[in-house]
Amino acid sequence: MGIFVNCDTRVVVQGITGKEGQFHTRQCVAYGTRVVAGVTPGKGGQEMDGIPVFHTVEEAVRRTGADCSLIFVPPAFAAEAICEAADAGVRLIVAITEGIPVLDMMRVKNYLAGKPVRLIGPNCPGIITPGEAKIGIMPGAIHKPGGPIGVVSRSGTLTYEVVHQLTRVGLGQTTCVGIGGDPVNGTSFVDCLAAFEEDPQTRGVVLVGEIGGQAEETAAAFVRSRMRKPVVGFIAGLTAPPGRRMGHAGAIISGGSGTAKAKIEALREAGIRVCENLGDLGEFCRDVFR
Amino acid sequence: MKIHEYQAKELFRRYGIPIPAGEAAFGVEEAVQAAERIGRFPVVVKAQIHAGGRGKGGGVKLARSAEEVRQAAAAILGMTLVTPQTGPEGRRVGKVLVEEGLDIRKELYLGLVPDRASAQIVLMASEAGGMEIEEVAAADPEKILRVAVNPLLGLQGHHGRRLAYGLGLPPAAVKEFLALVQNLYRLFVETDAALLEINPLVLTAGDRLLALDAKVAFDDNALFRHPELARLRDPEEEHPLEVEASKHRLNYIALSGNIGNMVNGAGLAMATMDLIQQAGARPANFLDVGGGASAEMVEHGFRIILSDPSVKGILINIFGGILRCDTLARGVVEAARKTGIQVPVVVRMEGTNVEEGRRILAESGLNLITAVDLRDAARKVAELVR
Repeated sequence: MGIFVNCDTRVVVQGITGKEGQFHTRQCVAYGTRVVAGVTPGKGGQEMDGIPVFHTVEEAVRRTGADCSLIFVPPAFAAEAICEAADAGVRLIVAITEGIPVLDMMRVKNYLAGKPVRLIGPNCPGIITPGEAKIGIMPGAIHKPGGPIGVVSRSGTLTYEVVHQLTRVGLGQTTCVGIGGDPVNGTSFVDCLAAFEEDPQTRGVVLVGEIGGQAEETAAAFVRSRMRKPVVGFIAGLTAPPGRRMGHAGAIISGGSGTAKAKIEALREAGIRVCENLGDLGEFCRDVFR
Repeated sequence: MKIHEYQAKELFRRYGIPIPAGEAAFGVEEAVQAAERIGRFPVVVKAQIHAGGRGKGGGVKLARSAEEVRQAAAAILGMTLVTPQTGPEGRRVGKVLVEEGLDIRKELYLGLVPDRASAQIVLMASEAGGMEIEEVAAADPEKILRVAVNPLLGLQGHHGRRLAYGLGLPPAAVKEFLALVQNLYRLFVETDAALLEINPLVLTAGDRLLALDAKVAFDDNALFRHPELARLRDPEEEHPLEVEASKHRLNYIALSGNIGNMVNGAGLAMATMDLIQQAGARPANFLDVGGGASAEMVEHGFRIILSDPSVKGILINIFGGILRCDTLARGVVEAARKTGIQVPVVVRMEGTNVEEGRRILAESGLNLITAVDLRDAARKVAELVR
């Protein structure tokens, strides 16, 4: 169960022979993910731990039936890699790469619009349905399979912290989605909230946001009008100074807009229970979702 | 990455966007010579810093003679300019732009920004030039014209026309405006700009259009493919510790608090800053050492945090994933030995190989305060500042 990925998801890794690609492919396989192919142009015909490597995604999909691509391609080539995966007909693309130029992502997003493909990321830890499939770089061991909580976040290690606290208070996860820290990304908070609302196994959702943009405000409007399941929110960056990019390309307060305070207010107005202190989040969730 | 007005105008010139005659000057006599080369008065002497509102702080002066240029440049060069955007500490001015004065009929606003939600490039124009666009947006939102351009299709003729006629430009200026919009869009796309702003774009008494100001910022992620633009970076405009950190691929932002902190991951780093504040202290910095930090990077991070004299204690918060806790612990111990840390250090680690990491810290013989979770870490930070 869970959303977007499960034990049947067949993964092709783009950039499988690179340092990161190799390391994380092994971690994903060890977790039980079905990695059926890899792609590195020029290395077709080779194998990585018995996984066949192809020159192109098209060939990998045709030969192995992969339906999801996990991308570890360097920033300069990542936009093209995403479009190649979409053209090859996978239904899900998970782009881990950090540092893709904004203009490249704007073109990619317009290119993917209307196509039957979902992009998660870029600049994200990926997606995991605990106990079924880990398609990303998150540490698998901190997760607790079986639900009932869905997690969606713009961050990486902050998500691990949240998941770790949920697991510690006995709340398992259905699926955890890292939607990425870039200003232009694929799957949004709203896409994930809508999927969690439909997922029978998910009983509640934790939304982890941060300063910059309006994605949390849009998510709040969705929760208010369309969700029945309870949502807990956390927003990082209450102490972030305006005008500075806080690590993530998308985490910037510009022209007084995108502050943590405004986001927390928007979430609260939509009936979302907001936890302001990260140290308390696990227990806060236990109380709300009990 | 921001650049100076004079650098932005040089780019404008290369892209055929009309600008007033002018030159940058780094000294008083250079400024006088620049004015003489322009050949007519009045001229305007403008402080070059990476912040707006320069006129309000006395950083823009009109000069009617060479002597007045000398006085204006002497007053501005070396001054600490405080504007609504610099913060109370202000910025030291190291260069000025000397420019011809114009006979202004009307001040307009023209800007290009990427819209993150829609993934379109948005052109904004307004008749209320000279004012901050955020103020216009708050007070008179209907005064701002917005046109969204699909980056796959590029700028179309009608985009420019909607702005030109929407602004009510005199017929004699429309053609020039359309060319200007086209060139500005080309500049945006070809340089991977993150922001282009002309405020004001002036319409002269002779119906000419000129960019009186120019604000340009580039997408940091795209600088790898524009080495010539990356060279426009001015380290004088940045905090010296931030410049130092960037040499070691550390993501560091100096803040005004008393608790230094080192975290892996940007979101967790922000949340850790918030936690420090909630514990009754104030974060002295933002420092994301990233997913693949080495012991060496941790050491540089320590050094940078400790160069800030207001730091009374340090909180290290690491969630080990790719970065394993034992690696981090060895880095911390190494750095603490080498730098001879004099302030208390609270270490909170979780994740991959955490037991081994904690053992290394405990057996190091160093005075490191271990925290078992974030709540415990916050409590221990609170004790540091009590």
